[in-house]
Amino acid sequence: MLEAFLIKLSLAAAVFFGVLNLAGLHTWIERKQSAIMQDRIGANRASIFGLRLFGLFHPLADVLKLFTKEDFIPPGGNRVLHTLAPFLSAFFALVVFAAIPIGNTLTLGGWVIELQVASLDIGLLYILAMLSMGVYGVVLAGYASNNHYAFLGGMRAASQMLSYEITMGISLIGLIMWSGTLDLQAMVRAQGQYLWGWLPLWGAVVQPVALIVFLAAALAETKRIPFDMPEGESEIVGYFVEYSGMKFGLFFMTDFIETVLVACLATTFFFGGWQVPYLFPDGFRFPWGGAIPMAPLAVTLAGIGAFTAKVVGFCWLFMTVRWTLPRFRYDQLMRLGWQYLFPISLANVVATGLALRLLS
Amino acid sequence: MIRKRELTFWERMYLPEIIRGVALTSRHFVRNLAIHTLHAVGLAKHRSAAVTYQYPEQPRPLAPRLRTRHRLTLREDGTPRCVACMMCETVCPARCITIVAGEHPDPNIEKYPTRFDIDLGVCIYCGYCVEACPEDAIRMDTQILDIAAYSRAEMKLDLHELLNPSLRKPVKACSLPFPHRCAVRGDPHAAGPEQPLHGPIFIGGDVTRAAGMEDQAQQARQIEAPHPVPLPSGEREKGEGRGNG
Ligand code: SF4
Ligand code: SF4
Repeated sequence: MLEAFLIKLSLAAAVFFGVLNLAGLHTWIERKQSAIMQDRIGANRASIFGLRLFGLFHPLADVLKLFTKEDFIPPGGNRVLHTLAPFLSAFFALVVFAAIPIGNTLTLGGWVIELQVASLDIGLLYILAMLSMGVYGVVLAGYASNNHYAFLGGMRAASQMLSYEITMGISLIGLIMWSGTLDLQAMVRAQGQYLWGWLPLWGAVVQPVALIVFLAAALAETKRIPFDMPEGESEIVGYFVEYSGMKFGLFFMTDFIETVLVACLATTFFFGGWQVPYLFPDGFRFPWGGAIPMAPLAVTLAGIGAFTAKVVGFCWLFMTVRWTLPRFRYDQLMRLGWQYLFPISLANVVATGLALRLLS
Repeated sequence: MIRKRELTFWERMYLPEIIRGVALTSRHFVRNLAIHTLHAVGLAKHRSAAVTYQYPEQPRPLAPRLRTRHRLTLREDGTPRCVACMMCETVCPARCITIVAGEHPDPNIEKYPTRFDIDLGVCIYCGYCVEACPEDAIRMDTQILDIAAYSRAEMKLDLHELLNPSLRKPVKACSLPFPHRCAVRGDPHAAGPEQPLHGPIFIGGDVTRAAGMEDQAQQARQIEAPHPVPLPSGEREKGEGRGNG
């Protein structure tokens, strides 16, 4: 019992470590990738003993700065809620990772470890629930700041997140119908099949429309460009206008954690999670003949590697989108959500139902 | 009138346009990343991956006509070309030039500046002073841009710094071969406001206090400003006045 607990604890720590580091690195990626995309060089001056390392120390410098800044609570603001809001935001973004399978079962010294912090039968519902809770942090931040602009920002965020959450949930229903489970690990396993013996039957192949709708809705959930009306760093006054120091830093981090989270979800649902094409528990077996036998441990590690690579790939995609598209207007955002994405996701559910009925 | 172009069907679908946009930015990303990587291993140095100038180490080439820090040009004997005609001080829209004239031993030249200050903290770099000068005595061609300083006093260039663009306060030693009001040698009249000779007179150079103090200003105009200047060769300085002759 204790061992099982310790194993889960270390697994949680590992996931936590990976996620937070990836999120922290996002500040660097954001700077550098945008710079390279725009023919610039990007932040590269922070150095330790003259070592610059492509500006990798800038996140450290940022965090040092944020920690040493004054933590200001506006007079008239609700002190408790004002302090609570960023923690709620970050907390609900982080707990979602518990349900995400980062690899197949790992057999280590007699222990069979499911590489998933919480093996929930209703993992998908849990994820959607926690994502919806995330809106509390945002709304509370706007509400507790005693600032009309922050309040309006919080309202914008709330309506945006609620609208797109529905679309996001419904876009996944087709996938649930196809795989017949809400357990994420089982969902990933179901994506290990092959169509005509060679095409990996990933969610993206089964549900291409759902993939697009999900990506759009998920980007809107992260509140990043092109859906960044709630905060709008450069122009619009957002819900965390009254935040300073590390509380602001937490909101900032939450943004990046959510980006990683959405990348993880997209990978899990639509890109086969930890599945590597043609990698079976005993090694590679290619459809054109030929096989490379591999040890079970190596196969599991390859799965974890594949998962990480896919997540990083999605992060890159989101970053590219973020630096390519202009921001939507608010009415456009609502129209896109309610008039296009929502009906499309509904139609997708109906079409999936019909297709499943006809194929079975 | 700007007519809105009708969007085609594919443009209205939005998704293909997103893909086009992402493809464009990704092309830049991949190309620049490849060049950066090649640079890191010492290849393809002639192709640049960014338009950035790494400023302090890699200054940007400046246009020759760019207006930069002022300098006063010199005659062959090392004295300034300036004849203290006050043209630049008069034309300066920012009123940041302060000149005090002294008598030149050569009767053909008449005057020269014993004090010449430009307050770079006030200067707007319009270049009128250069345009106005009849003697080509003041130029803005030093190509010096980093004029920042830690105090207002340091933002003021005096005769030493104007005649030698490599100098900046604090000036350690005075090497000017002619008599002047020398802050380096401790002349109390080397700095501070002078009564300007043109336009409304500001008491103590303070514009805000000038309003409604016309009669005081009138008084100030009549008072002969006493300038007991301790200079090495006092002989030449007898005629030193306010240069309004
Ligand atoms: S550049 Fe213009 S503002 Fe500056 S000293 Fe010359 S005339 Fe005055
Ligand atoms: S206009 Fe030229 S000559 Fe006249 S005072 Fe100015 S710098 Fe000297």
